[in-house]
Amino acid sequence: MAIVRSPTQRAWSVARYAGLGVASALFLIPFYLLVRNAFMSDTDLTAPDWYWLPPHWQWSNVTGVFDDPAVPMARALANSVAISVVQTIGVLVLSGLAGYGLARIPYRWSNAVFYTITATLLIPAAVTFVPSFVLVSTLGWISTLRGLIIPGLFQALATFLFRQFFLSFPKEIEEAAFLDGLGYWGTFWRIVVPNSGGFVAAIGTITFIGSWNAFLWPLVIGRDPSSWTVQIALSTYLTAQRVDLAQLFMAALIAILPLLLMFLFLQRWIVEGVERTGIAGD
Amino acid sequence: MPDGGRRRAEAGHGLSAVTTPERPGRPSLARRLRGPQDRTLWFWVFVGPFVLGLLVFVYVPIAWSIYLSFFDAYNTVTPSRFVGLGNYVDMLRDPAFRSSLLTFIVFAAFIVPTTFVLSLGAALLVARTRVMRAFFRSVFFMPVACSYVVAALIWKMSIFSGVRFGLVNTVLGWLGRDSIPFLSVTHPPWYWLVLVTVRLWLQVGFYMILFLAALQRISPTLYEAAAIDGAQGFQVFRHITLPQLRPASTAVILLLLINAFQAFDEFFNILSTFGGYPPYARPPLVYLYYTALGSGQDFGHGSAGAVILTLLIAIVALVQGRLTGIGRAAD
Repeated sequence: MAIVRSPTQRAWSVARYAGLGVASALFLIPFYLLVRNAFMSDTDLTAPDWYWLPPHWQWSNVTGVFDDPAVPMARALANSVAISVVQTIGVLVLSGLAGYGLARIPYRWSNAVFYTITATLLIPAAVTFVPSFVLVSTLGWISTLRGLIIPGLFQALATFLFRQFFLSFPKEIEEAAFLDGLGYWGTFWRIVVPNSGGFVAAIGTITFIGSWNAFLWPLVIGRDPSSWTVQIALSTYLTAQRVDLAQLFMAALIAILPLLLMFLFLQRWIVEGVERTGIAGD
Repeated sequence: MPDGGRRRAEAGHGLSAVTTPERPGRPSLARRLRGPQDRTLWFWVFVGPFVLGLLVFVYVPIAWSIYLSFFDAYNTVTPSRFVGLGNYVDMLRDPAFRSSLLTFIVFAAFIVPTTFVLSLGAALLVARTRVMRAFFRSVFFMPVACSYVVAALIWKMSIFSGVRFGLVNTVLGWLGRDSIPFLSVTHPPWYWLVLVTVRLWLQVGFYMILFLAALQRISPTLYEAAAIDGAQGFQVFRHITLPQLRPASTAVILLLLINAFQAFDEFFNILSTFGGYPPYARPPLVYLYYTALGSGQDFGHGSAGAVILTLLIAIVALVQGRLTGIGRAAD
């Protein structure tokens, strides 16, 4: 702020950048190790000597990941893509519609419905995995994509946030649309949704990350290898008796690559999503 | 902006807000806006699919689980032998269940303060930085996109690998120290170091963003007034920043506690081997997973455990809300 800086301020500034630099280096080490290990050969990786970079770049690890008959990585990637995409779109549509209805359509029991939804926010999702497993197994959905996707579509938090967001949506625009005879449905899809891009992107990216990285539910439901997600395939690999370490790291690199790319392009929306979803905690 | 929108909503032109009661003497414009639209029907078109799903996939399982918790239910979800509170008594008497609660307490005692301090510290440093601010923020925030499984892999097999090629042991070797077999020691403290640092790395960025948002909401006039009064450095932090961050801090601590209570991924992936999960360092969800979904499929005890854990979380949330509520009233 001050244009003229005192020596003390200058010293603090140097100390701050030094601290940030060291902390950043520590935070980047795991990513560095992931990439380095992914391109090492197994013998170089487990050798007693330390290599800062792979002495022999093993590009064959990339194909090796998909050739391993014990862990169906290609299938797991396809499952993860299908689950994350369908779940993200599903949550956006279901929670977006419900949030809009709660915010804008007057109805006698609207508040009762709203409390029914928000009450489930008090119950942590992870604790309900036993009852949910019971239900899904009764439906015969174990080891199916249905069982992995459908129970995760009904996110009370997303609905709550959409309702709060639509309450603050400028009403004049909607009134104009109503005058033009669009009705609730038309107003929502043709006026409200196209003007809510940023918020939809924020909720969407957070949902996608959560879905892609989910572990407990896919572990409980994905009993058969054909229904494994990337996370489950990696975890199985990790606890296996004998592993090709370098290949395991390559598999992990492939597993986080889609999210890291998404992170680089959509960081702004992820930040906004974290701010919004985190603020709901108070 | 949000407040303005809400105020307009409450004024009730045309589309009236949910909380506004119907008033018969509205301008005719409002009635025309409603037109032929059947609002009850449209409400359920919008909200119905979500509520139906929530009832089937959240409410039904919870009710079913409470029902199962009063029965002997091995390998079956339609049990016949009613045992009353027997499952609850068994769970509370089970030393393994109680030690899982102790594991949570130890874990929370490490992870909650360290995450809180580091994420607040990172937020304060980043907030005052001008040059390369976006870079530093991204670096701390990037692990949020990483999964617990991938992080567990890096921690277990590369950083804290017990053999010589692990990063920490390599550094120890350069310093002339002996290797530490981090994860093969079955007693504390080494496995706690691994478990706490992995979660720190993954979640510090998330809470840093929450603190950054809260810091931006503090009015600059407060700092200007403090500067006029001659407050400096730590005094400003102590008397302006920290009190202003109170709501955010409360939220962060509650989120940290709830998330620590639900810890599963990193424990499961770091500690379990092809031989199964070791008998120590089992947090509540890991214990529940093996009780209900292990070879025994003991849904009765598993459900009772889930109910107990849910009640515990609710109590923690309520107590914390009450404590901070009193704190706020005293201000």
